[in-house]
Amino acid sequence: MISESLSGRRIAITGSTGFLGTALVERLLRSAPDCQLVLIVRPGRRGAARRVERDILRNDAFDTLRDQLGTDGFTEMTNRRITAVAGDVTTDGLGLDPEGRAALASCDTVIHSAAAVSFDSPLDQAVEVNLLGPVRLVETLAELGVAPHLVAVSTCYVAGSRRGAAPEEPVDSSPFFVDVDWRTEVDAARRIRRETESASRTPERLVGFRSGARRELGAAGTPSLAAKTEQLRSRWVDDRMAESGVARASSLGFPDAYAYTKALGEIATAESKGDVPVSVVRPAIIESALAEPSPGWIRGFRMAEPVIISYARGLLKEFPGVPEGTIDVIPVDLVVAAICAVAARGPLRPDDGPDIVQVASSSVNPLRYGKLVDLVREWFTEHPIYDDLGQPIPVPQWSFPGRGRVKKQLQRAGSTLEYAQKVFDVLPVRGRQAEVGARLEEQRELVQRAEGYVDLYGAYAECEAVYGMDRLLALWESLSSEDQNSFCFDPRIIDWDIYAPEIHLPSVVKAGRVPMKPPARGGESRPARLRRQVLAPERHLAAFDLENTLIASNVVASYAWLGSRHLSGRDRVRFVARLVAEAPALLSLDRKDRSDFLRHFYRRYDGASVDQITTDAKEKFSELILAKSFPAAIRRVRMHRELGHRTLLITGALDFVVEPFRPLFDDIVCAELGVVDGSYDGQLTSVPPTGEARYQALVDHAEAHELDLRESVAYADSASDLPMLEAVGFPVAVNPETRLAGIARKRGWLVEDFQKSPGMNRSALPLAPRRTVGTSR
Amino acid sequence: MTGHLAPRPGFVLDVDRNSPPIVFHHGEGFRLEKLPAGRSRVIYPAEPLEGLPDPDGAIRHALLHPIGDSEPLPALLNPGMKLTIAFDDISLPLPPMRRPDIRQRVIEAVLDLAAEAGVDDVHLIAALAIHRRMTEDELRHAVGDRVYDAFAPDGRLYNHDAEDPEGMVVLGETPHGEDVQFSRRAAESDLVVYVNINLVAMDGGHKSTATGLSGYTGLRHHHNVHTMRNSRSFMDRENSALHASNWRMGKVIQDAGVKIFQIETTVNNDTFGRSGPLALLQKREWEWSTRDRMQFLGMKSGLEVMPTNAKRKIFSSWQAPYALTSVQAGEIEAVHEVTTVNVYKQHLVSVEGQTDVLTMGLPYICPYNVNSIMNPILVMCLGLGYFFNLYRGRPLVREGGVLIMSHPTPWEFNPVHHPSYIDFFEQVLADTTDPIEIERKYEKQFAEDEWYIHLYRNSYAYHGVHPFYMWYWGSHALEHLGRVIIVGGNPAAVRRMGFQSASTLQDALEMASDVVGPEPTITHIKNPPILMADVT
Repeated sequence: MISESLSGRRIAITGSTGFLGTALVERLLRSAPDCQLVLIVRPGRRGAARRVERDILRNDAFDTLRDQLGTDGFTEMTNRRITAVAGDVTTDGLGLDPEGRAALASCDTVIHSAAAVSFDSPLDQAVEVNLLGPVRLVETLAELGVAPHLVAVSTCYVAGSRRGAAPEEPVDSSPFFVDVDWRTEVDAARRIRRETESASRTPERLVGFRSGARRELGAAGTPSLAAKTEQLRSRWVDDRMAESGVARASSLGFPDAYAYTKALGEIATAESKGDVPVSVVRPAIIESALAEPSPGWIRGFRMAEPVIISYARGLLKEFPGVPEGTIDVIPVDLVVAAICAVAARGPLRPDDGPDIVQVASSSVNPLRYGKLVDLVREWFTEHPIYDDLGQPIPVPQWSFPGRGRVKKQLQRAGSTLEYAQKVFDVLPVRGRQAEVGARLEEQRELVQRAEGYVDLYGAYAECEAVYGMDRLLALWESLSSEDQNSFCFDPRIIDWDIYAPEIHLPSVVKAGRVPMKPPARGGESRPARLRRQVLAPERHLAAFDLENTLIASNVVASYAWLGSRHLSGRDRVRFVARLVAEAPALLSLDRKDRSDFLRHFYRRYDGASVDQITTDAKEKFSELILAKSFPAAIRRVRMHRELGHRTLLITGALDFVVEPFRPLFDDIVCAELGVVDGSYDGQLTSVPPTGEARYQALVDHAEAHELDLRESVAYADSASDLPMLEAVGFPVAVNPETRLAGIARKRGWLVEDFQKSPGMNRSALPLAPRRTVGTSR
Repeated sequence: MTGHLAPRPGFVLDVDRNSPPIVFHHGEGFRLEKLPAGRSRVIYPAEPLEGLPDPDGAIRHALLHPIGDSEPLPALLNPGMKLTIAFDDISLPLPPMRRPDIRQRVIEAVLDLAAEAGVDDVHLIAALAIHRRMTEDELRHAVGDRVYDAFAPDGRLYNHDAEDPEGMVVLGETPHGEDVQFSRRAAESDLVVYVNINLVAMDGGHKSTATGLSGYTGLRHHHNVHTMRNSRSFMDRENSALHASNWRMGKVIQDAGVKIFQIETTVNNDTFGRSGPLALLQKREWEWSTRDRMQFLGMKSGLEVMPTNAKRKIFSSWQAPYALTSVQAGEIEAVHEVTTVNVYKQHLVSVEGQTDVLTMGLPYICPYNVNSIMNPILVMCLGLGYFFNLYRGRPLVREGGVLIMSHPTPWEFNPVHHPSYIDFFEQVLADTTDPIEIERKYEKQFAEDEWYIHLYRNSYAYHGVHPFYMWYWGSHALEHLGRVIIVGGNPAAVRRMGFQSASTLQDALEMASDVVGPEPTITHIKNPPILMADVT
C-alpha cells in the first residue's frame, strides 16, 4: 500500500514551488497522512517559511484539503507536518544552514524536482540548475553521511531528438548518445557566460545599449537611461546565453538546453551518487491535471499554453510539426502518482536493471499532433477569444509546413512591423496617433514572440520519438487494485477527446486570463475604472507636467510670443527667420537632453526687462497659454483639488510663464532666471526640473508634506517624464508621444486624450499681436 | 436705392406660392428656406431710420438740456470733484459699430465739459458687470485712441472688477431683501455719468448702473430662473421682473447718495449697410435684383466651403455703419422713457396673434461672443433668450408650440473667454437641463470658484456664473415651448442641451407636427436687423 508505506516517512522535496512540486506536496499531505515534509525552497526576501505559506500553500491545489480541515485545521496540519528549509540547488552545499542540514539529514526519501524548465533559459543557468543541481544534492547527502532514497525527476526528452523507440535506459547507454564529458560542458558554459559578459561591456556595445535606451525612453534623464541601458545589457547577455544553450543542445542532438542539461545531469548524478540510491522519473510534457487535486488544475503559464493562446488569438497563422507525429502530453497527477509509487517502492536493487521510469503517453495512448490541433481548433471555434473591440477572433487552419517556412513568414511580418514602427517613432505624433505606434509595437512583439515559440517548441512538435514505458507499466502491474485506484498513473485511461476540450483547454484559457466573453454592455470600461481609481478621494497628491499635458505649447512658443510682442515689420520677419533656422538644432538638443536644451534656450532672455516681461506674460497667459490649453486637463486639476488632493505643477517652463496657473496648484516647481538690475541674466538659478530632477522634486514635495507617492497620481506626456510617472502609484499618460504610448499600453496605465478646445485658431508660429504703446492696467 | 426714400416700417408677409425663399441667418453662413404657403408668415424689420445729421451737436445739446429732474451737466461739474464715467462694454452694439463709436463721441463731449470745469479726478470704467474684460484694442475702439492714451496708461481707464474685494461695496438692501452691490469708485464719486448704447429695449434705465457696476452678490437677485420666468418679456420693461428688481436697486443707489447723470443713445437698423457685400440682408427677398441673387448665391456657396475659422475672421471684422438716431441725458427714469419710445420707433412691428411654430435664423453673433466663438450655450441664449423675448404682449408662438432655429451649433468653445462654459456644458448639462435644478445644484459652486474668479479678473474670461445666466435667460422660453429644434446643428451638442436636431427645415417641420399637429401655422422672425414684435 503506497499511502501506508509513505506514512511516517520524512520526505525532502526540492522544487516544491513549481507546477509538479506543488501537486506533489498536496498529494503527500492528503494521501500519506503521517509523512513529514522538508521543503527546500529559495528563501527570497521573505524567508523560507513565509515563501512556503505564500507560494505553495495558498495555491488553489490545496482548496480541497483546506475545505476538509477548515482554515485553522489546515494551518495546524501544515505547521505540524511541513518544515521549511532555506536552500538553493545552484549553491554548493545547497546553501543550507545547520538546522537545514539537520532537517535534510533526517530524511529517508528525497524528491528532487527543482529544474530550470523554461526552454529558453540561459545556458549557464540551465547547467547550474539541471546539471549541477542533482550533483550538489547527492554530494551534500554524502557530506552529511546519509544515503536516503533519491527520486530524481528528469524528462523523457533526455533521449534527444530522434525517431522511434526511446526506452527507459540510462542516457549514455543509448546508441545515439554523443559522448561528452559533463565537467567540460560545465566549464564551457561558465566560460561562455564570462566571455559574453565581457563582450557586452565593450565600448561599442555599451554605446549601442545606451542609444537603444534613448530610442526607447527619449530624454529621460541620466539615471533612467542608465538603468535602462543596464537592463538592455543584461538582457542582451541572457539572450546570447539562451542562444548558446539552444546551439549547444542542437549540436549534440537535443531539442533545447533543458533536455541537454537534464541528460548530462542524469549522467553526472549517476557518477556522483556514491551510496545514495537514485531512482529517475522521466515525465514527458506535463500538462493540467486529469483529476487531482481537481480536474484541469494547472500552475503557471507553461509550455503549450502560450502557443495555444497565441493560436487562439489568431497570431500563429501557421505552426510547424508533423501531423501524424505524437505530441507527448501527460497530466500532472499521473506524474505525481508515479513519483509516489516509486518513492513508496524504494530503490531497485542494482541487478534489477536501470532504476528509471518514463511517464509518457506516446507508446501506449498516443495523441497525434494533427488530432490535437483539430481539437484545439474545434474548441476555440466554439469558444472564441474576443479582441479589444469585443469581436470574436477566428482561428486559423494550419497546413503544417516545415519549420523554415513558418519562420520566414514570421520574420517577414516582423521586419515589416519593425520598419513601420521605426518610421512611426521618428514622426512627431501624439495622443491617438501615437496609440497607433504603440499598437504597432505590440504587434511586432507578438510576432517576435511567435517566432520564439516556433524556435523553441517547433522541435517538440516535430519530435517523433516514442517513449518506452515497460518499467512503469511493470510497476503499475505490481500495485494492488486499491493503489491502482488511488494512485493512478496508467496513461491508457486518458481519453484525449475528453481531456483536451473539457479539462485542459478551459483551464488554459482561465490561467491565461484571456477574454472569453465580449465586454459586457454598459459595464465599466477599463479607462473608466482606471479613471475612478485616479480620482478616488483617498489619493494624496496629483502632480502635473505643463507642456502637452495642460497646454499645447512649449518654451519656444512662449519665447517667440514674448520676443515678438514689441517688434515691428522687418525686425519681426528677421526674428521669425532666425527662430525657424535654429529649429532643427533646437529640436535635436531637446531630444538629447532636456535640461541642456532649457539652459541653452533660456540664455535668450539675457537682458530682458523684468517689468516688461511681467506685463507681457500676463497678456501671454490669455492669448497664448489659455488659448492653447486643454480644458479637460484643467478640469482634471480642479477635480483633484475638489477631492482634497494636493496639486503640484512640475515644469521646466519659467516662473513668469506659469505664475497665472498658481490658483490651480498648491505648489509649483519651475525654472527661474537670475535677475541683475531689473533685467534677466539668462542663467537658471537652479537645476531645471526635468527627468530625474523632476522625480526628485516630486519625492521632496511628497516627503515635505508627508504624502505617500504610492497613493499619488502623475500626469505627463513624454517618455522623458518616466522617472516621475514611475514614482507614483497611478501614472497617467496624457496625449503621449509614441514611446510613452507604447510604455503606457504595456504597463496598463491610464491614457488620457486631452485636446485643445475645438474651433480655436491654429497658427503656425505663436507671434504676439504687435504692441508698441503702453498697455492697459 | 431705398435709402433715399422714406424708410419703410416693419412688415408681415403672408407666404403664398409666389413668395420667394427666405434667407435664414445660419451662424457664419445662410440658408435659403421655402416656407409652407398659406400658413406661414414672415416678420420683416423696419428699414433703417435716418440718423441725426449732426451727432456731436446733438450730444452736446443733450448734455446741456437734460430731461427730468436734473441740472445740465456743466452745472454738476466742479473742480476737486470725483467724476466717474461708466460706459457699456463690448456686448453693445452688435455687431460693433464703425469708428467713431458713439461712446467715444459722448465720452469726449463729457470730458470736454469736465476739462472746462476743471475736474481732475476722472475715472473711466467699462461697466461690464461679470462679462469678460475688454482688451486694449476693444477699449480703444470704444473710447477712441485719444481718450485711451490719456487715461489708460496711468490706470484711470479700466475694466470694472466685480470680484475685487476692495473695489466693491454693498450700498443696502431693497424692500424685497435684494443686496445692492456697487463699484466702490462709483459709489464714492460725486457724480457718475453713465454712457449707454441702447441697442434693444432691454438696455438702459436703472439696469445700466445697477447691473453694469454690480457683481454676483447683487446680480443673483434678478439674474435667476424665477425672475426670468416672470419677465414677459424682458424686452418690455413694464412687464419685466428683471427690470422691476433693477429699478428697486436704482432707488437704493440713489438713496445712498450716488448721483447719476444718465446718457442714453439709440441707433438705427443699419446693421449690414445700405451698400456693400451684406447689404442684401437688409432687403426683402422679392425685391432682390438678379445681381443680388447672383451675389448671394456666390457668397453662400463660398462660405460653405470656407474653413470655420476663416469665416469667423471675416464676419467678426464686419463693423456696422450704425447711425445715431437719438440721444437724451439727465435723470435716469425720464431719460429711459424717451429712449424706449425711440427704440420702439425703429424696432416695433405689429403682429396679430400667435402661431404653432416660430422659426428663426440665428446669426454669427450675440452679446457674448464678440471676437469669439458662438458656443452651443450662447446659441441657446440667443434663440430662447434674446430672439424669443423680442415681443411685447405675448410670445409669437403659442404655449406648447415649437421653436425651430437654424444655426450650426458647433461643439466649440473659446477657452479664454468661456472657460466656465466648457465645464458647464461638459458637467452640468450632462447632468440636467432643468434651469431650476441647475440653479439649485450648481450655481453657487461655479460662482464662487476661485479659478474662474482668477480668470475673470486676470484674463479675459466671463465670470464662472455667466453660463448659468445664459441658461436662465432662456428659461421663460423653455417653460413656454413644447419642443426646440435646431436645423443644421451638431447633433451631439444639440442633444446635450435637450433639444432635437434636424438637417433641413422640412424635417424640422415634420418633427414639429408631432407636437403641434399636422399643418401647423408658422411665424418666421427675420432678425437681424433687429425687430420687436408687438403681438396682439
